[in-house]
Amino acid sequence: MSLPFLVFFFCAAIAIAGALTLILAKEPIHSALALVLVMIALAVLYLMLGAEFIAAVQIIVYAGAIMVLFVFVIMLLNAGSEERTDWSTIAKYAGLPLGIFLLLEIAHWMSRSAIGREVANGSLATSSSVDTAEMSRMLFNQYVFPFEATSVLILIAILGALVLAKRDDQ
Amino acid sequence: MNIVPVSYYLVLSAILFGLGIIAFVFKRNIITIFMAIELMLNAVNLAFVAFARAHNQLDGLVFVFFVIVVAAAEAAVGLAIVITVYQNRQTLNIDRINMLKF
Repeated sequence: MSLPFLVFFFCAAIAIAGALTLILAKEPIHSALALVLVMIALAVLYLMLGAEFIAAVQIIVYAGAIMVLFVFVIMLLNAGSEERTDWSTIAKYAGLPLGIFLLLEIAHWMSRSAIGREVANGSLATSSSVDTAEMSRMLFNQYVFPFEATSVLILIAILGALVLAKRDDQ
Repeated sequence: MNIVPVSYYLVLSAILFGLGIIAFVFKRNIITIFMAIELMLNAVNLAFVAFARAHNQLDGLVFVFFVIVVAAAEAAVGLAIVITVYQNRQTLNIDRINMLKF
């Protein structure tokens, strides 16, 4: 077992443990911190896949900005421990088996599909240093219109958040 | 360096997505449900990056970039909605927010 495998399994274990903690934790703040752990583990995996820029954006935007927003809202609303309400009996008995079934089904078909096999047997590209330059070239040539559209999207999101969160006193 | 098969990444992505769905269905706190959506988006991003590497096409990375931007916008608007809901109902439990209008 070589080093990349060790790093992969270590990060995968951390990511899955973080996701399980998100599910099992009673306090929302614990779930939020577990999600930060998942995102950092995924950033390491992005580095291993040679996507340095995405790894940096993952840390800065996801683990930094978005999760800080979540933690901020949890603190602002003083969200304490989650209350359990068991109103649905179907969900109580069928939920867990069906969820596990879905999990296994997706994992099974993704690993068995033709594209998965081809990918597993094929050789992987190893060049990684030119990726960020190549990606930015792509972003500003081929994808320049979606890129500009996202700026409009963010503007609308800011306005929407302001309008929604504004307390109307009158 | 990169000798881990891409299928490993895809299986991890599927497991994380499934756990995200389970969290989405199981959790009762509206903020935690929102976090489950973020977990699913992360799982999809991992699949995107893995496929981009496997086919040596960088379009997948550009898409991940866009997914992250949209997730940031979504988090801003969604959390504003959560704050508004809390101001109107004084609860974050999804079972008690089951009516659009009183």
